[in-house]
Amino acid sequence: MDVFIQQTINALSLGGIYALLALGLAVVFSIVRLINFAHGEVMTVTGYGIWFILLSGFPVGLAIAFGVLAAIAASMTMERVAFRQMRGADVTTLLITSFAVSQIIQVLFQTGISARPVAVILPDWLTDSIMIGPVRVGMVSVLSIAVVIVSLVVLRLVLTRSVTGIAMRAAAEDFAVVRLMGISANRIIATAFAISGALAGIAAVLWVATRGSVDPLMGAIPVLKAFIATVVGGLGSLGGAVVGGFVLGIVEVYLQAFLPESILPYRDAIALSIIVGILVLRPDGLLPGVSTNRS
Amino acid sequence: MLDVTSLQVRYGAIEAVRGLDLSVGKGEIVALLGANGAGKSSTLAAISGLAAWAGDIHFETKSLKGQSPEAITRSGIGLVPEGRRIFAGLTVSENLLLGGAVHAPPVELRRRAARMQERFPILAERRDQKAGLMSGGEQQMLAIARALMAEPKLLLMDEPSLGLAPQVVEGVFDLIASLRDEGITILLVEQNVPMSLDIADHALVLAQGRASVRGTTYEVAKSDAVQGAYLGH
Repeated sequence: MDVFIQQTINALSLGGIYALLALGLAVVFSIVRLINFAHGEVMTVTGYGIWFILLSGFPVGLAIAFGVLAAIAASMTMERVAFRQMRGADVTTLLITSFAVSQIIQVLFQTGISARPVAVILPDWLTDSIMIGPVRVGMVSVLSIAVVIVSLVVLRLVLTRSVTGIAMRAAAEDFAVVRLMGISANRIIATAFAISGALAGIAAVLWVATRGSVDPLMGAIPVLKAFIATVVGGLGSLGGAVVGGFVLGIVEVYLQAFLPESILPYRDAIALSIIVGILVLRPDGLLPGVSTNRS
Repeated sequence: MLDVTSLQVRYGAIEAVRGLDLSVGKGEIVALLGANGAGKSSTLAAISGLAAWAGDIHFETKSLKGQSPEAITRSGIGLVPEGRRIFAGLTVSENLLLGGAVHAPPVELRRRAARMQERFPILAERRDQKAGLMSGGEQQMLAIARALMAEPKLLLMDEPSLGLAPQVVEGVFDLIASLRDEGITILLVEQNVPMSLDIADHALVLAQGRASVRGTTYEVAKSDAVQGAYLGH
């Protein structure tokens, strides 16, 4: 039972990180129909930002704040420099643009810093384990769950209480009509990228805290998982992205923890089979988006 | 108030509007009539900035050439789109809020929303409900109220009676007439020719992207084209 509770906490922690990343992808996709594979590099920017600030001798809190702000700046810069010029292009063109941005940033980190991982030395309290009742769990896992809950609550407040947030939800349904309300397309899209960047930044902080290192390809695998999560949840659906992230995290951790050793090498194949099974039963995902009309 | 000269709208090889001239005077209703594919909605799309166009469109002496849909709305032109296109996943209140969001500060927005809910009591009853759960007629009321939240000087209405029950249609036309009486200028695109001619001051009949008949509603109603094709005489 203790092992089950322990693994459930780990599953929720990993699922939460996937959910944040998937939500970041979904916020942008729901408005501009762009699957931003350079989202992983936004994570990497946060990782190197934290590494640099800690290396310069500043406290961990400042490093985390800097990392998240760097992610927001990176995401908004991508939109301004690369994606705005491609606005209105077809999905394939947007996808190729995002791969190009991703490759350019990876190469910049490889040549500018190092192709090898660099260690991020975090304080002991963050890497220690704590006892919750009879169960020993990693501090990072517990913090992850708390941070994910707070992030989702704050995002919900932004999307339901602010005019820009409400306009973003409307834009996910029918962007043309939002523009007819006089609301600036640039403002909505820039805000979507800023929110997406913040979510990637927060996910990156948790990811780096778990791994203890940063490398130029750090974001590649998580963003691929996040993409799977958005598809499972329902492409373009914000609630779906969160559900998809948690489903993927839970499936991965439970399979790793509870599969017999002889079958363990097939873990990823089994996980993907479960995902394919979900999509066969629900082709539009677990929580398909409302949408819609775009002209 | 609105002057359209030699308007052309193209979608690839298809020429939807071919050199249309159109004027809408302050405080009047002009009905733009015609069959499906005649170019009515394309004309509204051009005026509201949603379709590329050639020719001239002037609103209150200012050219709309090169203006974004956002800028055109801010200059005082509102659109009630075809098929209503309310935000189904948002509440009624949120739909209203977005209609006026960039046109007034929050206090004034609340005042305007209250006025809309007074005018359309059903919107007050349903204010916290998802708009997609309302009936077609209620959604049309919301689409009109959302456009009115911006207090437009010119309201473009694209087939507001489409798909509504006959008794609801009558209410929609009464509402359009009352908006004109309050001083709002209206360019109305419709397929319901008799009711449109009843409330409009001037009318144009479009056929294949050109005006085939134009004049006062009396003149248009008496024309052979309208008598034969629309009024069944």
